[in-house]
Amino acid sequence: MAYSSEQEAVCVIVGASHGGVNSAFALRKEGWTGRIILVDKDDALPYHRPPLSKAFLTSDDGINSILLKPESAYHNNNIELMLGVTVASIDRGRKTLLLDNGETLAYSKLILAVGASPIIPPIQGIDTTAAVLPLRTATDVHHIKAAVAPPQGKRAVVIGGGYIGLEAAASLTQMGVSVTVIEREDRVLARVTSPELSTFFEQLHRDNNVTIQTQKNVVSLGEVDGSPCVMCEDGEEYQADVVIIGVGIVVNIELAEEAGLDIENGIAVDAHARTSDPDIYAIGDCTFHHNPRYDRKVRLESVQNAIDQGKIAAAAIAGKPRNYDSIPWFWSDQYDVKLQIVGLSAGYDNIVTRTEGESSPPRLSVWYFRGEQLLSVDAVNQPKAYVIGTKLIKEGRPVNKETLANPSEELSLSNLAV
Amino acid sequence: MAKITFITQDNDTITAEATTGTVMELAVDNGVQGIDGDCGGVCSCATCHVHVRPEDFEKTGGPNDIEKDMLELDDEVSEYSRLTCQLDVSEALDGIILKVAH
Repeated sequence: MAYSSEQEAVCVIVGASHGGVNSAFALRKEGWTGRIILVDKDDALPYHRPPLSKAFLTSDDGINSILLKPESAYHNNNIELMLGVTVASIDRGRKTLLLDNGETLAYSKLILAVGASPIIPPIQGIDTTAAVLPLRTATDVHHIKAAVAPPQGKRAVVIGGGYIGLEAAASLTQMGVSVTVIEREDRVLARVTSPELSTFFEQLHRDNNVTIQTQKNVVSLGEVDGSPCVMCEDGEEYQADVVIIGVGIVVNIELAEEAGLDIENGIAVDAHARTSDPDIYAIGDCTFHHNPRYDRKVRLESVQNAIDQGKIAAAAIAGKPRNYDSIPWFWSDQYDVKLQIVGLSAGYDNIVTRTEGESSPPRLSVWYFRGEQLLSVDAVNQPKAYVIGTKLIKEGRPVNKETLANPSEELSLSNLAV
Repeated sequence: MAKITFITQDNDTITAEATTGTVMELAVDNGVQGIDGDCGGVCSCATCHVHVRPEDFEKTGGPNDIEKDMLELDDEVSEYSRLTCQLDVSEALDGIILKVAH
């Protein structure tokens, strides 16, 4: 049986993280008068994910401190929450969803905000060893916190030196845990940033007593004296109280794929965040979409993209379509270092690195160019560089690289724009 | 306890009170339109921008360094601009009026 009557328009949103929740509220703002039903397999009220590896890990404030919206906001906007429920399949012909509780849910419009799941690499013993955890949900963090709870002297091994792994390393070391990061590539953040920034972050972590091991392959996991032990190809072994898996994510495409929607490097969507089915939209980490600023198709793992595509999908569903036209942006907080990234650096062929005098913590920025075109800026403790970079990229203005490279020249838009 | 008043772009007036947390959290908890707090309050997104009523600016004080730079992202920046995620609720803020920038 279906929940809704035949007459009433219903927008069902599958996935209640940043994208799903923002699209629900955006639908109301755009004037959608039908029902809005948010479905998520997580039974917690929707929460911010970025703090999971940062403040939520280090503090004991609990989940209420990171809620995306208070419960009353859903009620006041007539957004129905269906939490702790998994969608098993989509019947596009009948326009219904089959739920894991055996019920069906009818939709007139559907938004897939299904996100991604941590990759659990095929390492021997990874499924059978206790205290080996990804870091994607509040529940994951509860388990990690329990594993490193006092007494002092707990050890963590982080497999994977990406943003999640490094943020977890920073947080855990601040909690008094002794941390080793094991990275397969020859530098941390290899997939996402330049060698210059990788070097900076490796040094930052070493200065904070985190052990960083690069070019190291984990071959198996096992238990020694009841705690996990990480075995590497070179014969080295690392004992720990918790092992965190941070080797990237895989898009949750199963629902869309089984429903026959077009899949590329994610769920394929157009400039309105619409899939190959005109009544089904997809937003956030799970989508493969065209970015007009960079004129190529991308899959982005970011809050910005989840929110912006959520608003775009809501506008289209409410009959006021706008094209997606965002410049991607990201951030990462580790120790007292604030990294802000604007743009996409892929395809750069020259960079300018700028360090602002002798300050502690250091302030630096890495500017990525293809020829004379500014593609992206990584700003470390230097929000001014982030802001100016955003404006220059938005306006497509050429940059005076000589001025940029000279820290005695003031960092300002008027100074940098040619 | 501080009572803080928000005036939205649609001229809705919402007065809310709290003893702890940030002004951004207070606004989100009370559904103030235009205060999004997309980054969760770490001064990374500039979506919690308000103009402080000039006579209240002494109570809030001016923006910190990071905040000042981030405000420059926004064309609506003024000399009374603050990002509310950087404003902690305290008795000192009792009675202030904030105009939401977007």
